[in-house]
Amino acid sequence: MDITRRDFLGTTKKLLLLTPAAAAFLAELSGEEAKLDSGYRLADHYWAMSIDIDKCIGCGNCVGACANENGVPAGFYRTWVEQYDVNGWNDERPDVDSPEGGMHGFPDRKAAGKSFFVPKLCNHCEHSPCVQVCPVGATFESPDGLVLVDKDYCLGCRYCVQACPYGCRFIDPQSQVVDKCTFCYHRISQGLTTACCETCPTGARTLADLKNPDDPIHEFLRENSVQVLKPHMATGSKVYYKSLDRSVR
Amino acid sequence: MKEAGHILRLAALFAIGCAVFLVARHQIVPSGFGKYGHYREGALADNRAHPIKYAGRETCAMCHDEAITALGKGKHAGVGCEACHGPQSAHAVGGGQPKPQLPVALQLCVVCHEANSSKPKGFPQVASKQHYEGGDCKACHPPHQPK
Repeated sequence: MDITRRDFLGTTKKLLLLTPAAAAFLAELSGEEAKLDSGYRLADHYWAMSIDIDKCIGCGNCVGACANENGVPAGFYRTWVEQYDVNGWNDERPDVDSPEGGMHGFPDRKAAGKSFFVPKLCNHCEHSPCVQVCPVGATFESPDGLVLVDKDYCLGCRYCVQACPYGCRFIDPQSQVVDKCTFCYHRISQGLTTACCETCPTGARTLADLKNPDDPIHEFLRENSVQVLKPHMATGSKVYYKSLDRSVR
Repeated sequence: MKEAGHILRLAALFAIGCAVFLVARHQIVPSGFGKYGHYREGALADNRAHPIKYAGRETCAMCHDEAITALGKGKHAGVGCEACHGPQSAHAVGGGQPKPQLPVALQLCVVCHEANSSKPKGFPQVASKQHYEGGDCKACHPPHQPK
């Protein structure tokens, strides 16, 4: 078959024009962009959280609400609050306490030095160590930025519990599979905020959607000096702390 | 062509092996595995399928706009309803039933306002034992418009 230069260029042009359209059509066919009943689209969100240490009063509302909402077994915590007491010059060794995860508040340590509260939860890392070690694909990073667990698939091998540098995972004593914070996926996919953010009286915690250009998170990140926990581990943590003391681990 | 028979038998064996592998793989690998990554697509829906306990402030406002108005721009304006009143999804779904218990002020207010040296300095705190004399917090401090 003879192909003239004109034919060749013409065909190439048509193919180039058609490619995006074909891709969109195929995506439509495979339902990749399928909406949920609530109109929630995975591709439209990328979840994170901002925490303002200056606002946390250590009331423990978040811990109680999380346990209530998610049925967290007693003695285990998907979120918890730590009370820091930095004595003297040695801020490498602060006193840290979290009685019952802070669920029922904290005793007054009558701290002479620096003392403050640090709420903690799963950091929903972008490059999550727990996901990397899972041997069966039971824990994963979802397209909307969450680190979730497939409880039907989890073997309960505990690799991820050890791999998490933040201590955010535990084995559920009843089901014997791993459990962790989901950022209240069942709530945020329906337009609500997380249980901890809903009940935080001072607004110290705020759920954020990094893909929403109008979300206050962008101003929060721009205007404040913001840190993540253990940045040297390059986990891509998406829980952003404002006014985090250097003693916090 | 004696050799061709050998090759054909081998090829047939190989094809059968491949078929067995493909069928077994289809049976073992759950549907939707690998759609977004090395995991089961259905796990996303599993995580979303969980009952809601905290209805959220906007749901409360559907009926209780008088309470929201009372909060106005006061000091408690940013406090979620369920931070004090507890999880009320069942109450909202049930159209007002079951009726929630009114929180006991003496137990509730101190959760946030009990003095603690770890709290941020600007936050209003009291040593409750010295501050009240057996009275009800609400007598002086209406919770929706605190002073």
